[in-house]
Amino acid sequence: MLSGFLLRALDRRTWIVLLLLVAIGLAVPALNLFTDPSSPIHVPTYVVALLGKYLTYALLALSVDLIWGYCGILSLGHGAFFALGGYAMGMYLMRQIGARGVYANPTLPDFMVFLNWKELPWFWYGFDMFWFAALMVLVVPGLLAFVFGWFAFRSRVTGVYLSIITQAMTYALLLAFFRNDMGFGGNNGLTDFKDILGFNIQADTTRGALFLASALALALGFLVCRAVIASKFGKVLVAVRDAESRTRFIGYRVEGYKLVVFVLSAMMAGVAGALYVPQVGIINPGEFAPANSIEAVIWVAVGGRGTLIGPIVGAVLVNFAKTWFTTGMLAEYWLFVLGGLFVAVTLFLPKGVVGTFIGRKGANRPGNGIPAAPAAQPQPAE
Amino acid sequence: MNEKAKNSLLYLDGVSVSFDGFKALNALSLVIEPGEMRAIIGPNGAGKTTMMDVITGKTKPDEGDVYFSGSVDLRRMDEASIASLGIGRKFQKPTVFESHSVWDNLELALAGPRGPFAMLFHKRTRAEEERIEAILTTIRLGEKRDWLAANLSHGQKQWLEIGMLLAQEPKLLLVDEPAAGMTDAETAETAILLKEIAKTKSVVVVEHDMTFVRDLDVKVTVLHEGSVLSEGTLDHVSADPRVVEVYLGR
Repeated sequence: MLSGFLLRALDRRTWIVLLLLVAIGLAVPALNLFTDPSSPIHVPTYVVALLGKYLTYALLALSVDLIWGYCGILSLGHGAFFALGGYAMGMYLMRQIGARGVYANPTLPDFMVFLNWKELPWFWYGFDMFWFAALMVLVVPGLLAFVFGWFAFRSRVTGVYLSIITQAMTYALLLAFFRNDMGFGGNNGLTDFKDILGFNIQADTTRGALFLASALALALGFLVCRAVIASKFGKVLVAVRDAESRTRFIGYRVEGYKLVVFVLSAMMAGVAGALYVPQVGIINPGEFAPANSIEAVIWVAVGGRGTLIGPIVGAVLVNFAKTWFTTGMLAEYWLFVLGGLFVAVTLFLPKGVVGTFIGRKGANRPGNGIPAAPAAQPQPAE
Repeated sequence: MNEKAKNSLLYLDGVSVSFDGFKALNALSLVIEPGEMRAIIGPNGAGKTTMMDVITGKTKPDEGDVYFSGSVDLRRMDEASIASLGIGRKFQKPTVFESHSVWDNLELALAGPRGPFAMLFHKRTRAEEERIEAILTTIRLGEKRDWLAANLSHGQKQWLEIGMLLAQEPKLLLVDEPAAGMTDAETAETAILLKEIAKTKSVVVVEHDMTFVRDLDVKVTVLHEGSVLSEGTLDHVSADPRVVEVYLGR
């Protein structure tokens, strides 16, 4: 049943994206590890980490597109799920440090020793085991999304109101994680990681493996999204986006559909966060900042809402531009550029980069599987 | 519950709804028999749409009884479960899923399981395909099955929506102004289509267009200020002096 579900998603375009992602996942680390540093095709380690970060952002963007592009749920708090996944991974990495910390305490992470804590808080139990942490990467964001969605969708909170409470959610988490008493390292977050699964986290080979893992996670995420969209479930999602009350009147309980897709999307964001943390080497409450979530929405809008490929392209393009801008003299103007980009895309490329391209090619083929998503709205009024 | 309620398909008794003090429905009572077709007319603000909202679970009545099939209390149910019971609704403005094809629109409406997980793994069966084919023929959109619904004309959208209602296999159809915005020829065809449907199902039609109501040739209920003003044949209600006063605006 499950294999049939995934197989149905494998049209030609999906194959191309999957193969491309696997190829990139293998090629970039290979060009880093097996070429001479002086060679022109050599990829420096910092670039591997940077591109790996882009891939995790792309997975986050994909998760936003699944709910926004196909179901009209504009979450401006998806960074929260990303950050929670990141914290779950960060906790595992902290416990891996063991006695090698500054205070050499075999169980307590440094910041707890610093705060004079004597025992590990109960919610840190189990995070010394990778499988448990990996499970929590899915469970914690999924559970939050479930509780949040249960109340929000049942009360039929939609459109701008939903967007606002998702912002409130991530902001509340931001404030909570800033507190030292929360037990997640407060302001400084979790950092100084040493090992992952016993391998040195700084080693080139580990970085290569993390890059490959990010590419594979993105490929898997893409496949799952394609399968969801290709199923009748996906058609119901688009129906909800286009005419929610009509969907109810033909007998679909809309809140159930929204809840399932919202939880799935949150889990994907969690995985993205978990792969992000070992590659950047730190997770702190700043990841909960509302601006981060809004940026993710901009990636989707730029790349093309409701296309699945668009958000991947958008995330990479915008972040490439960001890296380029913020390392030069123009660093101060980056936010203006980002804002300008969003305005320009909304006005001139309402379907995004990919949406415009695919839309032109397939315009005369109705029902070709890519529903024409309504243009990215200047206001989040879906 | 009385005898009348038990034998009815739809039974509304003393239903009142108010919005911020405005009484949209005022002790409305209405009985639809199984297999009956009924036309409902009334001036703007008479409560026609609110009545549909109450029946389909969108609005909860402040007081009064709403029963379906004699015993099912509709006040306790949400839109989705009422739809699954067999009450279909067509909106005033044609509401179809614009970015889906005509075929997908019908497939979504097709009677069957409605749960999210069932839909994830759903595979279309031969029987379902035949059913969709049959409906496409009825609503005369067979040629346009692959068209996006957004590209249909206004009249075709109305028919598609009626087709979606048929796909739901409802026992009762609520149809809100099916002839609005149609050409005369389309209006006449719509009347024929609805009469065809009414052979097997109960239908409640809300309509402004008098010619259309005359074409339907069924029992008419006149609503005014949220309650029933008059009921009977079109000739009977047209002759009613109260109806003449409020509806025909004399």
